[in-house]
Amino acid sequence: MKIKIIVTLKKSVLDPQGTVIQQALNGMGFNDVNEVRQGKFFEINIDEKDQSKAEEKADEMCKKLLANLVIEDYKIIGSQ
Amino acid sequence: MNSSVITFPGSNCDRDMDVALKKFGFKNKMVWHNDVELPKSELVVLPGGFSYGDYLRCGSMASKSRIMKSVINFAKSGGKIMGICNGFQILVETGLLPGVLLRNKYLEFICKNVFVKVNNKNNPYFKDIKKDTLELHIAHNEGNYFCSKEQIKEINNNNQIALYYSDKDGKINENTNPNGSIKNIAGVFNKEKNVLGMMPHPERMIDPDLSGEDGSIFFKNLINNLK
Amino acid sequence: MIVNEQIAIDHGLKKDEYKKICDLLKRIPNITELGIFSAMWNEHCSYKSSRLHLKNLPTKGKNVIQGPGENAGVVDIGDDDAIVFKIESHNHPSFIEPYQGAATGVGGIMRDVFTMGARPIANLNSIHFGSPQHKKTKNLLRGVVHGIGGYGNCMGVPTIAGQTSFDESYNGNILVNAMTLGLVKKNKIFYSKAAGLEKPVIYVGSKTGRDGIHGASMASAIFDDKIEEKKPTVQVGDPFTEKLLLEACLELMAGDSIIAIQDMGAAGLTSSSIEMASKGKLGIEINLNKVPCRETNMTPYEIMLSESQERMLIILENGKENLAKKIFDKWNLDFAVIGKTTNNKKIELFFDKKKVADIPIDTLVENSPMYDRKWKKCKLPKKIKIKKEDFKNLKIINILNKILSSPNICSKEWIWQQYDHTVMGDTIQKPGGDSGVVRVHGTNKAVAASVDSSAVYCWAHPLSGGKQIVCESWRNLIAVGAKPIAITNCLNFGSPENEENMGEFVECVQGLGEASSYLDFPVVSGNVSFYNQTKNIGIKPTPAIGGVGLIKDYKKMVTMSLKQSDNILLVVGKTEGDLNQSLFLRDILNEKNGPPPEINLFNEKNNGETILKLIDKKLIKSSHDVSLGGIIIALSKMCIKGKKGATLKKPNYLMNEFEYLFSEDQGRYIIEIEKINLKNVTEILEKNSVHYDELGTVNENELIINNKSKVTIDELIKSHTNWLNNYMSK
Repeated sequence: MKIKIIVTLKKSVLDPQGTVIQQALNGMGFNDVNEVRQGKFFEINIDEKDQSKAEEKADEMCKKLLANLVIEDYKIIGSQ
Repeated sequence: MNSSVITFPGSNCDRDMDVALKKFGFKNKMVWHNDVELPKSELVVLPGGFSYGDYLRCGSMASKSRIMKSVINFAKSGGKIMGICNGFQILVETGLLPGVLLRNKYLEFICKNVFVKVNNKNNPYFKDIKKDTLELHIAHNEGNYFCSKEQIKEINNNNQIALYYSDKDGKINENTNPNGSIKNIAGVFNKEKNVLGMMPHPERMIDPDLSGEDGSIFFKNLINNLK
Repeated sequence: MIVNEQIAIDHGLKKDEYKKICDLLKRIPNITELGIFSAMWNEHCSYKSSRLHLKNLPTKGKNVIQGPGENAGVVDIGDDDAIVFKIESHNHPSFIEPYQGAATGVGGIMRDVFTMGARPIANLNSIHFGSPQHKKTKNLLRGVVHGIGGYGNCMGVPTIAGQTSFDESYNGNILVNAMTLGLVKKNKIFYSKAAGLEKPVIYVGSKTGRDGIHGASMASAIFDDKIEEKKPTVQVGDPFTEKLLLEACLELMAGDSIIAIQDMGAAGLTSSSIEMASKGKLGIEINLNKVPCRETNMTPYEIMLSESQERMLIILENGKENLAKKIFDKWNLDFAVIGKTTNNKKIELFFDKKKVADIPIDTLVENSPMYDRKWKKCKLPKKIKIKKEDFKNLKIINILNKILSSPNICSKEWIWQQYDHTVMGDTIQKPGGDSGVVRVHGTNKAVAASVDSSAVYCWAHPLSGGKQIVCESWRNLIAVGAKPIAITNCLNFGSPENEENMGEFVECVQGLGEASSYLDFPVVSGNVSFYNQTKNIGIKPTPAIGGVGLIKDYKKMVTMSLKQSDNILLVVGKTEGDLNQSLFLRDILNEKNGPPPEINLFNEKNNGETILKLIDKKLIKSSHDVSLGGIIIALSKMCIKGKKGATLKKPNYLMNEFEYLFSEDQGRYIIEIEKINLKNVTEILEKNSVHYDELGTVNENELIINNKSKVTIDELIKSHTNWLNNYMSK
């Protein structure tokens, strides 16, 4: 089973990269861009046929390693 | 001999480069990234640092800054352009140089002396340098040079590889590769050899009291060849 | 929300402190005001437990331009040049989020330095982790190193020296102390004292978010099982913005627009505005709607207590707003006029046209609590007598390899290779030596700096330990040929509410003061970090000392690498052979008790000054101070650095070989001299009443201790470098 996960900085946490990317886009003429938030994308292959079990494991992976819950949120966006 | 060093927001080796160029006789001007025109120069240098914080991809946002239009035109008209470290990353992002610089293989910033073997001396940057290997200094997090198989063939055929990481005798192998670069590549030219990008910092090796002196050989040679 | 005693307690205030606030205000504070009081009155900002004792430290000297009380200390290095420096802790945040905690620690200390008008020229750090076997240690170490590098490298400031130690007492409380040195012209130093009425108060830098709210209170709280709940207070650092802020501030500082400037560090806008007003004996009025915010619906409470990074508060001359704004616009930074100075000595905050806080400044500063905490004196432990049979079966080379590869002695190259230590093109002595050394750009001068701590000695006997670190710092500067000028200190301790921990603090500070006063090596800046404690267990007392010295002619700088075969090696200073608290006794014979080595301040000073004379006369080829591990470890490091060997002479003493080689008697150096200079050197030593012994001679590639004990330098290098690399790659 393949699981897709997105990790982003929490809304309340400063995203320096996003801010600078936004400024660069504005500078290039994309004036209507008023916020950019960036994050990480993971695709994880797991030997587990049961979708809910696989997602449960992915959830654990996020909590233990993929995301630092102090500053990041994660979202499992799909599994197939 | 006139040179220009471009300062991007986040550049931090711009002063060091200015000091080095002046030490070896260049009349150097600092140019702000938001300027439109390049001052008259025989050499343009994109210095090291963390332009735009290295955010998104190293060099990506600097490659879009205002001055870069003039820099690209300067390159296309045969002007000499040298990108060191972050400057190399910027040149790659503009497409003036082939390939891309990835995160170091061991995922760690590396600051140390390395030896590089000069591969092509048929250009103003390395012509007349007697030594075959130079001891230079690297300080980077994303210096892992990568390009496709076809591209490697092409740059090899065109003699575009400028420097390889090696040992002091010029031996090139896995043990002398500090960052995982494909074929140990430390620097490349464009097809015409007027544009050079390299990860090592010659400007940190211009004084026996610093990490070494092989940078002096590089700059002395460069100004002579541009005359 | 109506404030009551419970809410005050939740803010970390004590019952009687809350009562005092109500008495001073003659009313109950509102929530914003309570937040401000709790931030200003916590340990981190008010130094309420430490102030009484810190007062006794020597802070003056002929080279001191600015002592403690400003953003950083300033010393004169001649020719109108001055060095601004300070060390600061970021322990608690680094334990919770090692990368960001360490990064923002580095960012904060650099801001302290450039706030004073100085361009940062060198960074150092002192980092301490739990036992290598502890499950958290490896990740914490990696995160902290990446964080320090991530921030310092991006700023383009070289990290030139540091110290790393491992001890189980840090299992639940790591220490991350960051130090920065900056260079400034004497007539362009900026201070935080506000002056003049109706002057515009300017906010510059990043926008304000909800990060780090009550970070300063966290730094004053004991870690407990609920630590997870405190997590949201960690700030994220943005070194790119700080680099822009640095350049923009220095550009503005080149003119004469600034009256006062202060960075927003712990307790953000609260402490910066209040400190500026307090120093100027003025009031300050702020319209919080003008503060650039990153998030929506931020309350006055949140705006005042946010610890968002990379922000500064400036008081400008009237009419200079446009000029200043232009500079900050150029660097793409926020700029806002948020208030003005007033003459009523109050802090007054407005939000949505309402007054949301109105507090007399003196209640927050002068009237902040000060405690004379109870403390327990520490007795000097009895000396441990070692039985002869304990030395039996011990093989010197095995022990040497074991100690060289032990976590606290081994090479830290894995760490410092991740720090850019050569940017700015003036680093003439890299990490791994006695001190880092950078040239003063464009001159013949150089500045040496080192950072030291000896938690084990301080734990065994705080008074001696306190003296010892100052001496060690002094020696590390002398060893490279620098004249010691002044120190900064970062005092990391357990809870001041615990009598033993408080005793450790009091006596360490006393020792520190004695030594720095005797050596004329004053304290010009510093920081106290209490509550490095998990449940009931405090860390070993760990005062870290950052020393700064001057080399007038950098061509005379000395390194520790052995230079030339057949040169002669001397040990300067008396070897008594006292193994108590030595690494040998603790790690090899597993004896953790006993007193730390004795300090003789007269010898320390005399030996050091004489070494400097010899260096000035160019008589010393290499030198290294003898510290942890004794003569043999010091010599091995000189061999490793120079890739040369040494042949030892039989000692003149009737002393056990282990005592001779492994004792950690203080005030000693190993120096390498040329044969032809031997007479000249020994005459100078004798004339100055400095004890010395001939240790041996330099050879090509082997360390020969006696006929039976020898080892190649390649093997020593292996022992020295492998441990950390292997540990981190596993």
